[in-house]
Amino acid sequence: MQFFFEVLIGGLLSGVMYSFVALGFVLIYKASGVFNFAQGAMVFFAALTFVGILETGVPFWLALILAFGAMVILGIATERIVLRPMVNQPPIALFMATIGLTFLIEGLAQAMWGSSVRGLDLGIQDEPIAWIMDATDIGVSKFDLFAAGVAAVLVTALALFFQYTRVGRALRAVADDHQAALSIGIPLQTIWRIVWAVAGFVALVAGLIWGARNGVQFALTFTALKALPVLILGGFTSVPGAIVGGLIIGSTEKLAEVYLGAHVGGGIDAWFPYILALGFLLVRPEGLFGEKHIDRV
Amino acid sequence: MKLKTKLLLSAVAVSSVLSSSAVLAQANEQFIGLPSYRVGPYASGGSGIYGGWIDYMNLVNARDGGVNGVKLSWEECETEYNTARGVECYERLKSKGASGNSAFMPLSTGITYAVIDKVAQDKIPLVTIGYGRTDASDGRVFPWVFPLLTNYWSQSTAKIKFIGQREGGMDKLKGKKIVNIYHDSAYGKETIPLLDVQAAKYGFTVVHIPVSHPGNEQQSQWLRVRQEKPDWVILRGWGVMNPTAIKAAAKIGFPRDKMVGVWWSGAEEDTVPAGAAAKGFITAGFNVAGTNYPVIKAIQDKVYKPGNGNMEDKARIGSVYYNRGVVHGIIAVEAIRTAQEKFGKGKVMTGEQMRWGFEHLDIDAKRLKALGAEGFMPDMKVTCLDHEGSGKVKFQQWDGKQWKVLTDWIDADKSIVRPMIEESAAKYAKEKGITPRDCSKEG
Repeated sequence: MQFFFEVLIGGLLSGVMYSFVALGFVLIYKASGVFNFAQGAMVFFAALTFVGILETGVPFWLALILAFGAMVILGIATERIVLRPMVNQPPIALFMATIGLTFLIEGLAQAMWGSSVRGLDLGIQDEPIAWIMDATDIGVSKFDLFAAGVAAVLVTALALFFQYTRVGRALRAVADDHQAALSIGIPLQTIWRIVWAVAGFVALVAGLIWGARNGVQFALTFTALKALPVLILGGFTSVPGAIVGGLIIGSTEKLAEVYLGAHVGGGIDAWFPYILALGFLLVRPEGLFGEKHIDRV
Repeated sequence: MKLKTKLLLSAVAVSSVLSSSAVLAQANEQFIGLPSYRVGPYASGGSGIYGGWIDYMNLVNARDGGVNGVKLSWEECETEYNTARGVECYERLKSKGASGNSAFMPLSTGITYAVIDKVAQDKIPLVTIGYGRTDASDGRVFPWVFPLLTNYWSQSTAKIKFIGQREGGMDKLKGKKIVNIYHDSAYGKETIPLLDVQAAKYGFTVVHIPVSHPGNEQQSQWLRVRQEKPDWVILRGWGVMNPTAIKAAAKIGFPRDKMVGVWWSGAEEDTVPAGAAAKGFITAGFNVAGTNYPVIKAIQDKVYKPGNGNMEDKARIGSVYYNRGVVHGIIAVEAIRTAQEKFGKGKVMTGEQMRWGFEHLDIDAKRLKALGAEGFMPDMKVTCLDHEGSGKVKFQQWDGKQWKVLTDWIDADKSIVRPMIEESAAKYAKEKGITPRDCSKEG
């Protein structure tokens, strides 16, 4: 039983890591209805820019601010060059544009900072907490707990931002109905720029957490693959859904790999979350917390 | 004559002189097409290897004036480690240069498999150093393919020998448990049958645990490792899977000095991202890291001092991947030299002549010393029968900052590997309708 709990806790905490990436997707989808295929590339760009700046000898906090600045510029440029010319185009066209954007951002990141793999030390050891280990024989990583704490702060901040600020209310209005929001004077393009900048900030946080665990390298773009089943499960428009979806996906994939994987040759954690998400899609297409779409005939 | 006409005629004359001299220069240059990858997911490895390789060719041109007066020329073609692009690069490069591409060395097992049938038709040697198709070591069935220095099966037997040494003898392996954490791909699975044979021979238990591509999350696999309580873990990873595995091992408290990686897990790119967790991690390698070798010092002196170096980040000179590129350069150049010994010094070699050169490569200890590569790479002797030519590896350990060599060259257990290679190659020959060559009749 002790081992079961270790797998479960480990899975829940790794699910939080998936939620970081899923949050970026949710923010952009919520405000503009665009499924941003480039979110993984943004995570890579953000982390590489941060480490690249850090390597020049700039202090940590200044590097963080400068990297965020770079993400804001990227967000504004995306709105101006990619999204604005495509207003009123079908969603699939916008989706295709973000696929192109992915390759552009990946290439830009490597052109700016080179292709070398970098380490990133946030000062938190990815090792089990000794007293929990001694008392229960369950390994709980300090780094995982730190990541969970960051996720809690981030989600609270985003929820407060959406709920209680003028910009947040405008964002929600745009998310509900673009044309209605425009008709009451909400500047759509400004809102999009803000959303892409916030998504850039979330990408930066995700990049730092994932980069500290696996190194800052091109593979950060693959983190997006882990976020897709989380989005299907949690809903594309819900910030809490991204967290809950992450927790469900993280825990079930770990339990499946450990308890079922051994009997079927292993390696099932890559596709099990997708099967789970697909099954969920059949029962509740809008996801756990997604908005139910009703068309009146 | 009008001024306009004069100018036109002069321009034509100058351009024809220039182009004829370019043709003459090209006629006396040995062309090597480089299907490199400097962007995309594996760019960090590609830029190091191809950088070292180009630097070595620049050294040969600058210091020796080429190979017996034949200058080396090359052109890169970006594959992004993508098989389709790799095939495109193969086609693009095959007819370039005075006598076509001297050898195709793609640094990708996927691209290797995709062009393996083409090279025999196009008469271009396919050289795969430390990767590719293991059974191509049987040169009777694969005359155009050279998986040189060492293959995955040889390495696997050397790893078990190393673990045996550490345990105090091969007999001490009895009753031990080894977990094989592998990339869930053809590359990763390649050593499973061999490890099973070795487990039966030496009496240890082996547990195979796959990690799906890309391997950036391995918590469940390492919880299984914790459950299995192995004595050793073999890491057969690639890319991000390696630092993730090292970190996951630290997370469950598995000692890193009981983890032995494949040579594609043993570069700075695998350990630096893992930070302090990588300290103690061990890997095999068919080349070592470091700048303290005459060949590297010569590159620094003759190539970098005049400003002709290929590496943007000079701190990477002497890294595992960079030095692996230099090994590629040494082998390619020595094959040209060997071919020239037979077919004429100072001449540009054709693909067929290059094939002969690769098949008669003999880089012994004396030659390694002359090349400034003593201890840098193993000695090798290729024959018609044996297209591997060596099978030796060294083991190195990450001390937190750099790789430290732990052992001398450890040879493969050929008594296990060779029969398996011959069996697999014979099966391939039967499937493809190939009649194996009779090596006693080869010149």
